[in-house]
Amino acid sequence: MLTVEDLTLRQGAFTLRAAFSIATADRVAVMGPSGAGKSTLLALLAGFLDPVQGRVLWTGREITKAAPGDRPFAMLFQDNNMFPHLTLAQNVGLGIRPDLRLSAEQKARVAQALARVGLPDMQARKPAQLSGGQQSRAALARILVMDRPLVLLDEPFAALGPALKVEMLDLLAEVLDETGAGLLMVSHDPQDARRIAPMTILVAEGQAHAPAPTAELLDNPPPALRAYLG
Amino acid sequence: MAGRAVAIRSWPGAVAAALVAAIVLGTLLAVALRAEAGRGLGASEWAAIRFTIWQAVLSAVLSVAFAIPVARALARRRFFGRQLLITLLGAPFILPVIVAVLGLLAVFGRSGILNDILRFLGLPEVQIYGLHGVVLAHVFFNLPLATRLILMGWQQVPAERFRLAAQLGFGAREMWRVIEAPMLRRAVPPALAVIFAICLSSFAVALTLGGGPRATTVELAIYQAFRFDFDLGRAALLSLVQLLLVGTAALLALRLSGREGFGAGLDRPVRRWDTGGLGRISLDSVSISFAALFLLLPLSMVVLEGLAGVATMPAQVWEAAVVSLGIALVSTALMLILALPIAIAASGRARWLEAVGLLGIAASPLVIGTGLFIVIHPIANPFALALPVTALVNAVMALPFALRILIGPVRDVSDNYGRLSASLGVTGAAWLRLVLLPRIRAPLGFACGLTAALSMGDLGVIALFADPETATLPLQMYRLMGAYRIEAASGAGLLLLVLSFGLFWLCDKGGRGRADG
Repeated sequence: MLTVEDLTLRQGAFTLRAAFSIATADRVAVMGPSGAGKSTLLALLAGFLDPVQGRVLWTGREITKAAPGDRPFAMLFQDNNMFPHLTLAQNVGLGIRPDLRLSAEQKARVAQALARVGLPDMQARKPAQLSGGQQSRAALARILVMDRPLVLLDEPFAALGPALKVEMLDLLAEVLDETGAGLLMVSHDPQDARRIAPMTILVAEGQAHAPAPTAELLDNPPPALRAYLG
Repeated sequence: MAGRAVAIRSWPGAVAAALVAAIVLGTLLAVALRAEAGRGLGASEWAAIRFTIWQAVLSAVLSVAFAIPVARALARRRFFGRQLLITLLGAPFILPVIVAVLGLLAVFGRSGILNDILRFLGLPEVQIYGLHGVVLAHVFFNLPLATRLILMGWQQVPAERFRLAAQLGFGAREMWRVIEAPMLRRAVPPALAVIFAICLSSFAVALTLGGGPRATTVELAIYQAFRFDFDLGRAALLSLVQLLLVGTAALLALRLSGREGFGAGLDRPVRRWDTGGLGRISLDSVSISFAALFLLLPLSMVVLEGLAGVATMPAQVWEAAVVSLGIALVSTALMLILALPIAIAASGRARWLEAVGLLGIAASPLVIGTGLFIVIHPIANPFALALPVTALVNAVMALPFALRILIGPVRDVSDNYGRLSASLGVTGAAWLRLVLLPRIRAPLGFACGLTAALSMGDLGVIALFADPETATLPLQMYRLMGAYRIEAASGAGLLLLVLSFGLFWLCDKGGRGRADG
């Protein structure tokens, strides 16, 4: 259970307030107008930004000040999800041990994860040798081995084509099924939200609202969301 | 801004910077305390200040102005010998100053090649001594540095950017406006400022090609005050002037260096499409030929004269070579211990730490040396510590260049991969080993090569400290020259050239993957 208590962030004139909770294994989309603070909310939860007040709790344990790597989250960014100088096996292996001193058993797990996402025999490749879709698959392999209870996605599939994006979302759903992890996913596409996230957090006018059922929210959007969806 | 530094710790950098400040400022304090107070600046001091600034301005502007077309040609051309030329661009900067001056004299001196040609054509001869010679030597030393700094700027433009430009059908003007001018706005001011500062503190060039009331730099005046008069009061006063001059230049350099970078590109090899057209091809050819000739001719003369002298070298030359190699390696290790933590800290929030590193430029090796002499004298025999002191001072003197080379790339790594590293928990030693060091391999190799070679060829502190039994290779060469054994000195010069060059080549080659295209 992720609990966000009365959280406030200030960046110059911009203020973002958030108060909500998400049950373990919930799949939640984060939607709202551009510049409303969707990515900022994720950066805040991941520990890249410090709130001026409020608390973040995971199953009762406070993690407001925890280092990003010590939080129970696995995160994918809009870009730069892979180190270009490391092989796929190393990039995925970082999810198991950040110092990459992997045992034979752990290396086998990396190979398994890469095979699971459809990249067998590509362990020694560098990211630049892969297509965009393959890079996304490799990133999902890392999510798989990290085995954290909540996955944070900041639109990592935004640059992919529609069919490929659907493929990745389905693969993501399978990964979540296997690890039992929850999902918090920034998206600007209502179809993504409908596809994978039963609940949606609306971020608008400096406020991250509590999750509401995605279908209801999209079928009957409040004014801020209606203007954005068009 | 409520942002949080990621994967980075600042305190080791602060400790390293404090150490550097203690060495530079502590020795200055030691000198100042020893000095008599109450003396103002006389006419000869003001003349030295005016000359120092004027020659540094001329040297910096000319070096960078010539470097821009050369760097552009190297960035967009693939031709036979390009790799060799890039390596050679490192040569004059790391060429021991005495050796380089020998080569320049052989080309531009009274009985040099240029004057032979002018005499043959019945034209008036050129005079290398004075302002001309000092600026000529400074451009010789710094044109390659400027070229490499600007070339690095070009290579930090991701390959994707050139691909996009080719896709959009950019002509020369769009290329200039969208890619080249913004890159140059970022790369040129720091290059100008660094070269200006280097030329402010140039000592050996002024010693050999300047001198006299009309061509004396502040550094040279400090040396003369120590060496000829042992007038610590005047030397300390001049040291303060020097610190003020170069400190101002260093602050200017910091002001000018922007921190925004081009976005990260995946490491694809750089391929360029904007290489057609007669104008571009001839401009590039002329730039490269001119630069190659200007650099290669003096170097060739050093090699030719050195080969003739190798047979006459006494055994001390080889012993001195071993001593110098040891000093160079220790200096490089010390530089890394100081530079990496400072670069890491300065790439984050502790940006001001870079200024502490630049103290190395502001400081005179002679002032540090004398200060250490005064500090060490009561507790130990300074002559016995000549070699460790030389290694330490060389590391501090190389630090500003190392930081200038390293901070940008370190900053790019933390800008582009800081969040990814932090979210995976890759921090501390693992971050250093897996993320930072592999990603800054090229600039790191370049920095190590520079430090090792500069230390190899340095003739500064060792001259103050050395007893007759101790000598580095440059000092040994200097002694041979003083004894009029010019042939043996030329041989030692060639050996020194080979060793300095070899050290630089090993380190730079070890780090460079992509710079060769």
